[in-house]
Amino acid sequence: MSDISRSINKQDTNAKTSGSIEYISDMKIEGALHARTLRSTMARARITNIEFPEIPTGYYIVDRSDVPGMNRVKIIFDDMPVFAEEEVRHIGEPILLVVGEDRAVIKEIIDGIKVEYEPLVPEFGYVNSVIHYDYEKGDGEKYFKDGSRIITGEYKTGYQEHIYLEPQGIIGIFEDGKSTVIGSMQCPYYIKNAVVQALGIENDKVRIQQAATGGAFGGKEEFPSLIGCQVAVASMKIGRPVRLIYDRVEDIESTTKRHPSLIKFKAAVDEDNNIRAMKVHVSLDSGAYIGLSGVVLQRAMIAASGVYTIDNLSVSGDVFETNTVPNGAFRGFGAPQMFFAIEMFINHVAQELGEDNLEFRSRHLAKQGEATSTGGHFRDPIIMNKMIDKVMEMSDYKTKRKQYSAKDDFRGIGMSWYLHGCGFTGSGEQKHIKAVVRLRKEKDNTVTVLAANTEMGQGAFTTLRKIAAGVLEIPVERVIYNNPDTDLVPDSGPTVASRTIMIVGGLIARAALKLKEQWVDGEEILIEERYKQPDYVEWDDETLTGDAYPAYSWGVNVAEVEVDKATYEVNIRNLWGVYDIGKAIDERIIIGQIEGGLLQGVAYGTIEVMDTKDGRIRQRNVTDYIIPTACDCAPVETVIMDNPFPLGPYGAKGAGELPLVGGAPAVALAIENAIGKKVMKIPATPEYIMELLEND
Amino acid sequence: MTEIEFVLNGKNVTIDVDPTKRLLDVLREDFGLTGVKEGCGEGECGACSVLVNHEIVSSCLMPVGNAMGKDIVTIDGFSKTERYRVIHGAYEDEGAVQCGFCIPGMVIATESLLNKNPDPTEDEIKDALSGNLCRCTGYNMIVSAVLRAAERGKGLW
Ligand code: FES
Ligand code: FES
Repeated sequence: MSDISRSINKQDTNAKTSGSIEYISDMKIEGALHARTLRSTMARARITNIEFPEIPTGYYIVDRSDVPGMNRVKIIFDDMPVFAEEEVRHIGEPILLVVGEDRAVIKEIIDGIKVEYEPLVPEFGYVNSVIHYDYEKGDGEKYFKDGSRIITGEYKTGYQEHIYLEPQGIIGIFEDGKSTVIGSMQCPYYIKNAVVQALGIENDKVRIQQAATGGAFGGKEEFPSLIGCQVAVASMKIGRPVRLIYDRVEDIESTTKRHPSLIKFKAAVDEDNNIRAMKVHVSLDSGAYIGLSGVVLQRAMIAASGVYTIDNLSVSGDVFETNTVPNGAFRGFGAPQMFFAIEMFINHVAQELGEDNLEFRSRHLAKQGEATSTGGHFRDPIIMNKMIDKVMEMSDYKTKRKQYSAKDDFRGIGMSWYLHGCGFTGSGEQKHIKAVVRLRKEKDNTVTVLAANTEMGQGAFTTLRKIAAGVLEIPVERVIYNNPDTDLVPDSGPTVASRTIMIVGGLIARAALKLKEQWVDGEEILIEERYKQPDYVEWDDETLTGDAYPAYSWGVNVAEVEVDKATYEVNIRNLWGVYDIGKAIDERIIIGQIEGGLLQGVAYGTIEVMDTKDGRIRQRNVTDYIIPTACDCAPVETVIMDNPFPLGPYGAKGAGELPLVGGAPAVALAIENAIGKKVMKIPATPEYIMELLEND
Repeated sequence: MTEIEFVLNGKNVTIDVDPTKRLLDVLREDFGLTGVKEGCGEGECGACSVLVNHEIVSSCLMPVGNAMGKDIVTIDGFSKTERYRVIHGAYEDEGAVQCGFCIPGMVIATESLLNKNPDPTEDEIKDALSGNLCRCTGYNMIVSAVLRAAERGKGLW
């Protein structure tokens, strides 16, 4: 049998290069009306009155009074309204939709609506904690009192905006008592559950269909539930299909982003220069509604010791509500913030101790069998030493590091080490997701994969088909995977958390094995598989202790930079990476994930600047929120090392988020090496670098 | 309303339209050519790229009035050509297509580059694609695809 990693062509490439694939904004739906959102212009206020201009016939206002069920978007907490109620809590909060035939008329109506507000005092700082978690490993308190050397560090990370190239878009249709929502999305069943709650109708009266999705990166995880509810309500009220397609300005102004964070460390170091105990606190800015922030916080907290074994660890964290646009899922989900912080801190501790950073980090590096941050275990082989050696050889790290450290020529090299827990945290898969997949063998001997996981560019349809075909030993062309439709596929869970290949792919592989045993030519056969948590996973939701993840993927990156002496701009010269993702199901797809994710991570650490003024996002479009262009992409050299995970399909673990995590710390460490100053926050902009150099 | 006449994907067309309407909207709404995408609406992302008299243009910035008498090619028309076949094959073989939303614009930018410079260097390619944003790939695979298209398509450009 040929190696599963050998790349094949994706099924949808032709339709994508020729422009014939239909994204949501390309769909022609008979009789569809346009919708546009009227938004709050206040960061926090009570709405005292709304005055409407004359509304021509054929045009409609849809607001909270039209929501037949609960005016709350079902995410985790029911805290975000579908349409604003008495109080608005952030600039850009949706108040109502104006719906009709002609977009120019809709715009006139929106401009004519006068909302009267009674301003309330907004909060923008880390003040109102709405979620607090903590966990404890060992008992470190004594080391902070016994005269050990105490070293502290405080790190800040900024916003990151997804800039999926296709803005958010969704269409609602209400027909014969049934609501259908079609759109650009990651998680059809999240939207389904949300629409059921908002419309207050039966489960089988709501149908969600994914359209081709032009990038997501977490940005289409929970946000489409909000606009899905809005178009469902609007189409039910009006009785005609309603399209809500955002333009870029609206998308940036009002959709979720990566949480800004503030992370504090305190380490107690013994006389042998080993960290005996560490205290960590994470603050996340959730924006105006909690959404997924608590889960993001958990993932950040669990990553608090990075790839290092710290025997005594005390970690706490808070989600702070502020009157800004709500933050949410973004590739990495709390890990990019924490890995930036911990990688900087470990290096800063080594520096303060006057130790070689490589030596210091290696001594603390986690080994197989050791306890994880939350007191679970690293059960599987860890091949980080091999990976680190390899990346150092590829990049000539040691020689360059020495050379750049000695010279004042503003060149630098830095290396990051990181891991990413695959799948949902703790017993999330078992308790909340309960994934189900089906395989249906058709009479013509093709096999259809029935699962709710979405293709958003990451290659899921291709890799999942490959897994089924590989196990069944049939040509991949005979395996079919269509855009999910909740009326046709079971809930195999959301397409998030680096779970698709490992968890869903694992279920598909098991189903395929059963199907192979029962295979009869010319007959229809249906096989179903349900997720079962591996026996060894033990997790306590209350204390946040135990095995946070069934498996971990690992990565190392080296970045080489040159800081412009006049402008302080950071020029990325080269990037290297070595990865353990178990086994690549399709090498070229994985390299695509790696190169794209790495550039997002590098840009997160350097050029992607987003900030707010009085609660308003200052960047309006890609003109002022800068993402990398082709000219900003450095050469990337990648090596994938096999380290098969026994429970993953073909040994595969998660790979979607991992590559983003290491980019920012690698670059920040390279910048430090170049300028000889500690980088304490990202993005490390030219202004910040200048500040570091001037505050000598 | 004004009558605007131009050549669209090789055919003469006439349309009675508000001349300030964006060419992008005319192509998508009036001609149903949805291969042309809107990513930013402000001339920064290149998803709406089309060829106007062989030059790459952001159709979101061009009022249709300016199309009068011009020769306009969109991905929908270009995808019927031999050059497209070569470019498509190269993109496919390099794995350069992820979500695909930037890709029609990238293909147009590739054609526009190779039309002027059939044998570009890597830096020339990066330069030529720098008006087209891609958030998925990190660009390297797209750059390789253009190199490969140039190599395979020798004589076509
Ligand atoms: S939509 Fe025209 S350049 Fe972005
Ligand atoms: S492939 Fe998604 S933006 Fe380029």
